[in-house]
Amino acid sequence: MQTVNGKTQATSLRSKYRWRVVDIVIASVLGVASGVIFWAWGLAWTPLSGLLAFTPGLEGLLAGGWLFAGVLGGLVIRKPGAAIFTELVAAVVSALIGTQWGFSTLIWGLIEGLGAELVFAIFLYANWRLWGALVAGAGAGVAVGLLDTSFTSYAALELGFKLVYFFAAVVSGIVLAGLLSWLAVRGLARTGALSRFAAGRESTVAV
Amino acid sequence: MSVPSAATSGFATPVAGVRIRARDWSWRHAGRSKPAVAGLSFDIEPGERVLLLGASGAGKSTLLSGLAGVLGGDEEGEQTGELLLDGRLPVESRGRIGLVLQDPDSQVVLARVGDDVAFGCENLGVPRDETWRRVGSALAAVGLDLPLDHPSSSLSGGQKQRLALAGALAMRPGLLLLDEPTANLDPAGVTEVRDAVARALAGSTATLVVIEHRVSVWRDLVDRVIVLDPDGGILADGAPDRVLSDEGERLAAAGVWVPGFPPRRPLRLPGATAPGLELLRTAALGIGRRKNRHSAPALPPIELSVDAGLATAITGVNGAGKSTLALTLAGLLAPAAGAVEANERLSQGAGPHPHAWKSRQLLTRIGTVFQNPEHQFLAATVRAELAIGPRALGLPQGEIDGRVDGLLSRLRLEKLAGANPFTLSGGEKRRLSVATVLATAPRVLVLDEPTFGQDSRTWQELVALLAELLEAGSSVVAVTHDADFVEALADVEVRLEPRLGAGAAFLGASAAVLVR
Amino acid sequence: MSVVTPTIAASPIARINPVAKLLAAVLLSIALLLSIDWISAAVALSLESILLLWGGLSLRLLALRTAPLWIAAPLAGITTVLYGEDSGAVLWRLGFVSITEGSLSLGVAIALRILAIGLPGIVLFATTDPTDLADGLGQVLRLPARFVLGGLAALRLVGVLIDDWRQLAFARRARGVGDRGRIRRFGGQAFALLVIAVRRGSTLATAMEAKGFGSDIPRSWARPSPFGTREVLLIVVGAGIAAVAISVSVALGSWEFVLA
Repeated sequence: MQTVNGKTQATSLRSKYRWRVVDIVIASVLGVASGVIFWAWGLAWTPLSGLLAFTPGLEGLLAGGWLFAGVLGGLVIRKPGAAIFTELVAAVVSALIGTQWGFSTLIWGLIEGLGAELVFAIFLYANWRLWGALVAGAGAGVAVGLLDTSFTSYAALELGFKLVYFFAAVVSGIVLAGLLSWLAVRGLARTGALSRFAAGRESTVAV
Repeated sequence: MSVPSAATSGFATPVAGVRIRARDWSWRHAGRSKPAVAGLSFDIEPGERVLLLGASGAGKSTLLSGLAGVLGGDEEGEQTGELLLDGRLPVESRGRIGLVLQDPDSQVVLARVGDDVAFGCENLGVPRDETWRRVGSALAAVGLDLPLDHPSSSLSGGQKQRLALAGALAMRPGLLLLDEPTANLDPAGVTEVRDAVARALAGSTATLVVIEHRVSVWRDLVDRVIVLDPDGGILADGAPDRVLSDEGERLAAAGVWVPGFPPRRPLRLPGATAPGLELLRTAALGIGRRKNRHSAPALPPIELSVDAGLATAITGVNGAGKSTLALTLAGLLAPAAGAVEANERLSQGAGPHPHAWKSRQLLTRIGTVFQNPEHQFLAATVRAELAIGPRALGLPQGEIDGRVDGLLSRLRLEKLAGANPFTLSGGEKRRLSVATVLATAPRVLVLDEPTFGQDSRTWQELVALLAELLEAGSSVVAVTHDADFVEALADVEVRLEPRLGAGAAFLGASAAVLVR
Repeated sequence: MSVVTPTIAASPIARINPVAKLLAAVLLSIALLLSIDWISAAVALSLESILLLWGGLSLRLLALRTAPLWIAAPLAGITTVLYGEDSGAVLWRLGFVSITEGSLSLGVAIALRILAIGLPGIVLFATTDPTDLADGLGQVLRLPARFVLGGLAALRLVGVLIDDWRQLAFARRARGVGDRGRIRRFGGQAFALLVIAVRRGSTLATAMEAKGFGSDIPRSWARPSPFGTREVLLIVVGAGIAAVAISVSVALGSWEFVLA
């Protein structure tokens, strides 16, 4: 009887960080689904964001919705580059569906993803617990806060409003991107959809 | 070994069939305690055509995935034994294997027909000119006569499955694996796909392994049947006639559609309930798209009535608007023209138009079962799922528990009460989606393709359940392709004919109402 | 027709390699992002409009796709006017709100800037087929094919997922929860969509892998992605517009570097 199981230590370490086809496709799908959800959110809540336009700074609270994709991708795939890639795909989808930012959305997606990615990297891609997700969300919030208050129309606001925006973005990142993503991954694992991922196997009991 | 040089349609040059060898092979998914497939040993010669049968959970799909080399690596499961294709591992045989899966929508890779078929060739490093030659011959082999830049999303289910088949054929595989390719298709699509496979394999020496639970579709195409045992190993292996006569009854009991062992039908006496107790009625109802209410031509009016104790079947070709009609009758879609009117005995004070009813009012009046059960799941456990409807009505907890327990036992879901709805099998999901609708006892039940892709056992149970409901005075409206279903249950058949405009744009549907 | 693959009219712009359009849009966006002043934005906007109209994009399509811009620009402009950095004479003040000469000109600058930055991006996406863009990214920029094509394949699912979203909404109304709790319902619906998306993705991944995707075999490209003089010209023109906008603004003294 022949078992096909002999792998050396070195190759198993490399394959731990190498992306499988299913990793790439699921990361892309999560980005795409996040883009669709954000489009639907935009449809349902345009009056709200119109209202918030007159209370600037607080718009930062909505920023977290954008950052959700990166943290989600990182938590599911658990490999280097997951947060950046997923966030980038979500940005592409939203740019295609048509937002005001067009191409800059891609730059923003890249840097927002980077914010979460750096946090995961600092944790050496080993912390997938709730607080790790929250910090990653905060990281993405910091990234978008800095970007928006430097380069977008928010850069033209007074310093006070800029600070409000920045902190609102960080809070939004922690709650909408960090907490919600972590809950979503836990829920997904329970449905059995993540059976090909470590994220799906750790919270389910062997059947 | 010499390969006969026959005229091979779909293959410009003859392709050597793959030899499969399994010795005590088993696979256990990571996270499960029992192996999905255990102790399989068999040999399949190059060029053999094999039909793989077995009860749900016998591991047929796992075997096929193993043959295709897509089961995953060490962190995804544990393999013991040996499974070799021409003496090599399946993972090393990319390009020698073609795989077609069950879901038409989730297999299309690229947005244009030609590009999607060329995808496999690109991955194998085939030079550009040769790739497009293969694309042309593969599309011809499956009978898809479409321009190469035709959008792949606007294909019908049968066309999408043929597209997937063309994509596999373009790689010139020696082994063709089909995992329930016709399960999600209407009868026309099933024939299309089957004929395409027959045409593609005519005169070729490629090996074929197909899983399907409708035996009659593939019986004439295969020369060997292997039946897997859910407890491990092989139950039967041999020529189709012999295996089907030996194991036919056991297979039929396990849910396989074996010709000669059809599922039992309920005894429905026509006209058992006095007709005429009308519940829903349409008044010049038009379904379709109306851009401009004033200038566009009038939509053909549909007149039908839904009566207590009677079953109405809505039939018609794909794209005729059957689902649109069902959703309009169910009060979920606004009528494009005319109206749906509910009789007072149904609406009981909620107003004449179901579309204007509140969500909670719909619960006890019209229940809808969707084509994809997963669209309906709201809760994390089966028990919670069943409790959602009664809870939305504000019933006391004791009453809710009573109803939930009753439904769990009636639909044989007790063992699954604590499981997550998404982890259920196809048949269990279907039963659960019907159960959730019954929890609030609506008088009218609207079902969209209830028997789609179901095995014969679930089919039997569903039909029996619906017959019971009809006896009790409810009304059933079902959109269906299934001729057996119509035969067994329907008192009225509404056949829809699409009206198409320029560029095959859907303009509306006209209906012919036939009383059986 | 999916929402992300609009029918792309055969205009001269559409035929240019998407990578060239991408690079031109990048150059313009970065150049305009560096400053908030109305002159560079106005110059860029006018030059872009000339280029695009000459490029053959139909006005109707352009207006339709740039609609979000026409809403966002005035809104952002007004916000800036009311809450922006103040300088110069005060025109009106009430609590936190203050309109000054400075904030007024800033508001105009912001509005123009949104239009100038957004326009090339939107045109890029309105005239580019995603498959062609992926071919370009893989062949011209040599980005890893696995990621580019994996992303492209998932992108195709957008139309399917939007249909799923609609079915999910119907189902919620039919299940009796469609009346109250919009936020909670949205959350539940979003989660259900994620589950469906992951399942579809897993099937897609299996199908792609079975077709040899992701293996070590060196890949060929069935569709060529030509990058010639026309493409280089576009990038040069894009850089040119950026350079003209910046220099005019610097020359007239209204350049305001953002990070200064």
